[in-house]
Amino acid sequence: MPQTNVYTVLQITAYIKSLFTGDPLLADVWLSAEVSGFTQATSGHCYFTLKDASAVIKAVIWRTQAGRMTLPRNGEAVLAHGYISVYEQGGAYQFYVDHIEPAGAGRLWLEFERLRGRLEAEGLFAAERKRAIPPRPARLGVATSPTAAALRDILRTLAARWPLVEVILAPTPVQGEQAPPGIVAAIQALNRWSAEREPLDAIILARGGGSIEELWAFNDERVARAIVASATPIITGVGHETDFTIADFAADLRAATPTAAATLATPDRRDLAASLASLTNAAHRDMTDRLAAARERTAGLTRRLARLSPEARLASNRQRVDEMHRRAALAMASRLREVRERLTGQQLRLAALDPTAVLARGYAIVSLPNGAVVTSVGQVKPHDALHVRVADGAFDVTVDGR
Amino acid sequence: MTDQPNFEQLYRELEEAVHRLETGDLTLDESLALFEQSVRIAEQCNGLLDQAELRVRQLTARPNGGLTADPFAG
Repeated sequence: MPQTNVYTVLQITAYIKSLFTGDPLLADVWLSAEVSGFTQATSGHCYFTLKDASAVIKAVIWRTQAGRMTLPRNGEAVLAHGYISVYEQGGAYQFYVDHIEPAGAGRLWLEFERLRGRLEAEGLFAAERKRAIPPRPARLGVATSPTAAALRDILRTLAARWPLVEVILAPTPVQGEQAPPGIVAAIQALNRWSAEREPLDAIILARGGGSIEELWAFNDERVARAIVASATPIITGVGHETDFTIADFAADLRAATPTAAATLATPDRRDLAASLASLTNAAHRDMTDRLAAARERTAGLTRRLARLSPEARLASNRQRVDEMHRRAALAMASRLREVRERLTGQQLRLAALDPTAVLARGYAIVSLPNGAVVTSVGQVKPHDALHVRVADGAFDVTVDGR
Repeated sequence: MTDQPNFEQLYRELEEAVHRLETGDLTLDESLALFEQSVRIAEQCNGLLDQAELRVRQLTARPNGGLTADPFAG
């Protein structure tokens, strides 16, 4: 007996399971079959088999899934979706069901899945195709039935949130044979209006809740292509939260309901009022800052200006003038004193030279009749008349001899 | 149809004015003027928000192939 490559049951089962879980086909399986042996355990999990004429597969619906779906009955033809994997403890492979529905509806689902796959492969649902919805629309197109509750929900929502918007309604049937061409025509008419008359910011394509058959127009390829071709961005609001249609995949934005579509298409004016207030506040704050800064700069300049003002310069000049004045006065005074002293000296010398002072001491001045002062004997001869001057007067004499 | 002042235009003007106030190299005179303008625009915007009433018109195809939009009665 070879001793290599011997496994435990668990080991080989884990390997088999890995083959199942690694297979992409088994991870995503649609089965068309008949239900038999359906039981729901007290745990809530459901066990049954799916079979056709020549084969059988074990199937499970977990409690958490079972709560969310209509459970099948024995003998019912169904379409089921899920994955196939291995239940180790039972030594069996099983179909783990996450979606099951009656076969009639199942045909619709298959059709839906096929169309979705085809359009997706064509790139119609690509994220980069999605256009942004303008945040504050001025004019919205609405394509829906003019008599349905969906339109009232939309208009009520718009009136409450964003009454500034103008609504251009393009009426169309939203279920039945006429619905797909009607929806296509409505989308085209709105785009024409937008291009030729008044631009639309976005189009809401809506329908209220209903059965899968009633919503079927929104799974129509023509509708999907009209949405993709629309020059105006489209928001869909079709059915309820859980309903997804091809139109939803094709749209620029998918809303769960008509009301949600109106909400996504518009801002709430109360939010806008708040954002206006914050913008105004920002402007206000900035202006206050600017004024404060300007005031500060002005104050600084005023201080510098004060230091540089002519008045300041004048004051200092005045001081310099005063100084000069004081020095001039000093110089003048000393000069005067000096002059006066010299004058006094001259006066004394003058006084010394005064001839009258000599006369007072007993001297006399003798002069000839012509006025010449006699300073020599030779100037006179006997009988000459002479004039004699003394301190207090004068008299005439005659020369007696020599 | 009467042509209301467009809220979107006004709002963008306001955003732009505030942005310039915050970042622009403006003289005090210019910024004061811009500030006053911003306040005026904000008041206009608020007025539009307060007074607006939803208007609905319905598209109808005419026999000649044209489109008309008449007030929608509901």
